[in-house]
Amino acid sequence: MKMNGGQALMKALESEGVDIMFGLPGGAILPVYDPLLDSSIRHVLVRHEQGAGHMAEGYAHATGRPGVAMVTSGPAATNIVTPLCDAYMDSIPMVVVTGQVPYAAIGTDAFQECDTTGITMSVTKHNYLVTEAADIPQVIHDAFHIATTGRPGPVLVDIPKDIVDPNNPRSAMEWYTPKDHDLPGYRPNRTGDAELIRQAAKLICEAERPVIYSGGGILKSRGAEALLELAELTGIHVVTTLMNRGGFPDDHPLCLGMPGMHGNFTAVTAMQEADLLIALGARFDDRVTGKVAGFAPHAKIIHVDIDSAELGKVRRPDVAIQGDCRLVIEDLVKALGEMGGSDAQPDRNPWRSRISGWQERFPLTYEQSKDDELLKPQFVLEQLRDSTPDDTIVASGVGQHQMWASQYWKFNHPYTWVNSGGLGTMGFAIPAAIGAKAGRPDRMVWAVDGDGCFQMTAQELVTAATEGFPIKVALINNAYLGMVRQWQEMFYEERYSEVYLTRDVPDYKMWAEALGCVGLRVESPEEVGPAIAQANEVDDRPVVVEFRCEAEENVYPMVPAGMSNSDVVVDPSQQDRPR
Amino acid sequence: MSAAPTNPVLGAEGGGTTTLVVRVENKAGVLARVAGLFARRGFNIESLAVAPTDDERFSRLTIVVGVDAAPMEQVVKQLDKLVNVVDIQELNSAASVERELMMVTVRADPAIRGQILDLVRVFQATVLNVGYDEIMVSLTGSPSRVDDFEDLLRPYGIVEVQRTGKVALPKLVKSAPDPLAP
Ligand SMILES: Cc1ncc(C[n+]2csc(CCOP(=O)(O)OP(=O)(O)O)c2C)c(N)n1
Ligand SMILES: [Mg+2]
Repeated sequence: MKMNGGQALMKALESEGVDIMFGLPGGAILPVYDPLLDSSIRHVLVRHEQGAGHMAEGYAHATGRPGVAMVTSGPAATNIVTPLCDAYMDSIPMVVVTGQVPYAAIGTDAFQECDTTGITMSVTKHNYLVTEAADIPQVIHDAFHIATTGRPGPVLVDIPKDIVDPNNPRSAMEWYTPKDHDLPGYRPNRTGDAELIRQAAKLICEAERPVIYSGGGILKSRGAEALLELAELTGIHVVTTLMNRGGFPDDHPLCLGMPGMHGNFTAVTAMQEADLLIALGARFDDRVTGKVAGFAPHAKIIHVDIDSAELGKVRRPDVAIQGDCRLVIEDLVKALGEMGGSDAQPDRNPWRSRISGWQERFPLTYEQSKDDELLKPQFVLEQLRDSTPDDTIVASGVGQHQMWASQYWKFNHPYTWVNSGGLGTMGFAIPAAIGAKAGRPDRMVWAVDGDGCFQMTAQELVTAATEGFPIKVALINNAYLGMVRQWQEMFYEERYSEVYLTRDVPDYKMWAEALGCVGLRVESPEEVGPAIAQANEVDDRPVVVEFRCEAEENVYPMVPAGMSNSDVVVDPSQQDRPR
Repeated sequence: MSAAPTNPVLGAEGGGTTTLVVRVENKAGVLARVAGLFARRGFNIESLAVAPTDDERFSRLTIVVGVDAAPMEQVVKQLDKLVNVVDIQELNSAASVERELMMVTVRADPAIRGQILDLVRVFQATVLNVGYDEIMVSLTGSPSRVDDFEDLLRPYGIVEVQRTGKVALPKLVKSAPDPLAP
């Protein structure tokens, strides 16, 4: 079938199963926005290209399907660099299509030209500059394959205007359906080595103080059920990193919750004291390990990862297994079964009682606000958690509110926590929540946002209002760039430098209304529940609930940067307790 | 003296090199991807040679990497993740045949030209061009032999020197397989 490159691009995206994409048109991509009108793909018009990228990420987080964004050249391409880097760090499958100046004009500093593939080379899993219209079907097919297989990640496809412009002879092409992939250097392996899996099973059967260190690879591999089976078979406790909140149910008796810099005391300490860490799709990030030399000093390491470059990158494993987390766990469960299943596990009662002792002495805690004080953010999050459906999707910004959300929420379902872990991108919450809602319209979606973050991407609430994504935003207004304020308080002798945002400007309620949302403001604890209930009722537009919170509240526990996890600082009320 | 900083990925500073022979897809921008990866991950390239292969879809890069600057394992694994990298061979000097080409122009007053030509003869180098007080020669050989030749020419005054960086192939198996083996 004869067609032009723009039509081929839309057809190729349709063939990959794309049902929705996020974007904003401009000169170089204009020819593609015309065949879009005849396409089955829904396009969501964003207000800033960064929003399009984070929406695509939120969609991918919530559904497991690749998110798609399309923007024009130059400034639009540079606007989407942050989401690309975010997706790269958190292994989010995403395909971004950018317009480019006509092929013959590349390199001439043409209007809105920028070296998009050069700029994004180090923040994408792979990228393409397509030079011929005839290459479009194959490149799009390969791009989706690369984005979604192996260690998932973002792929960018840069398309010069002439090859999609029907008025240019260079856009003429004959449609074909690509059969195979043209990727001689890309052969991701999924199955783990059977002998190594047997060795891992043996280490597990010998361990007296084992901990499963589960990371984002569990969710990426759709491995939550397999993980549950492994934990229940062996009776081994599970920590869930920031990237795997929801990958193992918080209400499960074996769940220890989040480890790391702001992890709870038990999760941090159990890893420190363990004699075996079973790392499943986790990458020994510095926010989890603290000072590497002091991390889990007594532990042998089993490390399972789809990306062999992660094995031994930070900590030398005793057994390193390259493979898809879910498949390896399933094989591990089989191997353990052959060794005697739960009967082959040693008596770990002394270890269990140490863990429950830590849980009793060092639960997450905060002081309730006194009469004249503003709200405690932890209280707001507990109320929100308790007044929303169990399978609510929570998207978060970056800062103190993110840590409190991860700490205080009870995640009992996979794919209900959408956040920016590796890059820590302020402003992620609102667009990511929109993307999640686009992917899961059946679910209630709350964004937990900081006042600093909100001001970075609030304009996307216009997108939510006009495109019909009734998300809800819990805005934790503490008048500060709170996380930075906390570091200045603790490590810079309370010398506060450029962290005060002001309390009343902007007026968030009025701003929300101007953006097409319902705006609510809450100042006292009694109002919190009713405001959430009111927000939950709104289904025809987004809602922003501003919670006026104490400015001075700090996130505990905390492992100060560069310190060993054994030096974790607990809440001031717990500091005298025996560890 | 302060200790060299150690980085869990990059390791400590130190000497020594390893040669990587990397087969890549013959596509625009591949060299930038490889060079970018080395820069981004803090790996150090000592030399780099690029050449076509017998199959026009691929090119071969011969990269000499500072060994202790990074655990070689990380370098290889990160390189292997590049979609355009097809395969990687790690060659140490003992198990490979290495060659490098040098072209060099040396000061050569007629009075001392004979001494330089002696060196050219001993090293089996080739005279490429002769001027009234300069001479241009080339040598192909193992990198250490090329080093020696360059060192011996230096006192005469090197005007300009170009080295290609080395290329290498693995040594061939010496013992024939046992004809009686199954
Ligand atoms: C784009 C970006 N800029 C700067 C930072 C550094 N940073 C991390 S947390 C934070 C403060 C966030 O403030 P707010 O959104 O109000 O959240 P809070 O910590 O007060 O809950 C800043 C500035 C960042 N993570 N991202
Ligand atoms: Mg704040």
